[in-house]
Amino acid sequence: MLGSFDFDVIRRSLPYLFYEGMTFTLTLTALSALGGLIFGTAIALMRLSGYKILGRIAGLYVDFMRSLPLVLVIFWFYFLVPYIGQWLTGASRPISVGAFASSLITFIMFEAAYFSEIMRAGIQSISRGQPAAANALGLTYAQTMRYVVLPQAFRNMLPVLLTQTIVLFQDTSLVYVLSIPDFLGAASKVAQRDGRLVEMYLFAALVYFTISCVASVGVRRLQSRIAIIR
Amino acid sequence: MTYNWNWGIFFQPNPMGTGTYLDLLLSGLVLTLETAVLAWIIALITGSIVGVMRTLPSRGAYWFGFAYVEFFRNMPLLVQLFLWFFVLPEILPKAAGLWLKQLPNAPFWTASIGVGLFMSARVAVQLQAGIGSLPRGQRQAATALGLTTVQGYRYVLLPMAFRIILPPLTSEFLNTIKNTAVAITIGLLELTGQARSMQEFSFQVFEAFTAATILYLLVNAVVVTGMRILERYVAIPGYITGK
Repeated sequence: MLGSFDFDVIRRSLPYLFYEGMTFTLTLTALSALGGLIFGTAIALMRLSGYKILGRIAGLYVDFMRSLPLVLVIFWFYFLVPYIGQWLTGASRPISVGAFASSLITFIMFEAAYFSEIMRAGIQSISRGQPAAANALGLTYAQTMRYVVLPQAFRNMLPVLLTQTIVLFQDTSLVYVLSIPDFLGAASKVAQRDGRLVEMYLFAALVYFTISCVASVGVRRLQSRIAIIR
Repeated sequence: MTYNWNWGIFFQPNPMGTGTYLDLLLSGLVLTLETAVLAWIIALITGSIVGVMRTLPSRGAYWFGFAYVEFFRNMPLLVQLFLWFFVLPEILPKAAGLWLKQLPNAPFWTASIGVGLFMSARVAVQLQAGIGSLPRGQRQAATALGLTTVQGYRYVLLPMAFRIILPPLTSEFLNTIKNTAVAITIGLLELTGQARSMQEFSFQVFEAFTAATILYLLVNAVVVTGMRILERYVAIPGYITGK
């Protein structure tokens, strides 16, 4: 029962949970979102480029990633990245990649598939007259994308991109399967060391809940502020 | 040092004594499907109730639905599973907690209920959007015909709403299948879990994960094809997707 609830174990482990765990989680979330957005935009551009083969490859990649559970993808990359590293550097044995680098690569590759669908919708939401006008002004394809299409697509899709980032923030907890001390992993380590599962997991749930809630309220505010009135 | 490929590994006996490694993976696949189907039934039932509550005129029902969805959407699935699996038995009265802990197949039930409730919040949002997309006249016509609120939902609003939201529900079902893999953390030996144990026993990591990947892709393809057929069958005449 809750009568024996021990708040002290939470207080004692706060520095470890936040300085180590939450820092890892937030850094991983931010870098994965950034990398996922860059790769995702590239994939979206490939799909909309008009080159059949490029579009096919990008489409296959997106469908493939979206059919697999994230846990399986995390395992895949955890074991695969050392071999890819060996192949790239020409080393004689699989190179060792840190836990952070491995999970960062995983999340960038995985989230790129989801971000690309959002960016594709964003690019398609731009009226056809815009690239046509850019073309008429003599802008190249790269300039059209850089100065006309992508800024608007990004702005239109910003709330969706941020919502996806909140989902990503929650999904980073899955690096637990590699025993990496992200926020949940750190909480779980303390929980098992001190035999305080109830306190630590309830606290972790509360922290995730609060951050996600505050973030989604923020996204909703932003959405009403930046909506373009047409 | 290079990786030693050995595709014949699937036909070698596994150390659990339950046949070959392939049998091990297939038993994982069956468990994945069982968990996903049970979770999906739970998600559909609770999600529909909560989704309807969010569209009722009653403020109380609306706020309950709102709180329910926010609660299940703002926590990682992994954390929710931990709450059900590790925390719930401890905070229940002693006898109930003990009964829960001694339940045979505890990971299976926890995973089904945990994933089911997690997905129910998503189903609720979809259903709310589906009901909201119906013209206002439908609800009014139901009232004008003398149908009670329950009858109005049963005979007018829900049959239309469910047919409209079938495509997004398909992807939610696919998400349910994928999300069962998270239950590896509470010891459920579903497909990903069995691929992992095959990797630990045989060291043939890439063969194990390749097989699991192919099985997931197959399941995906079967579900998508099946739902396409169903979608065509139930499409509402007169809508874009209709005949």
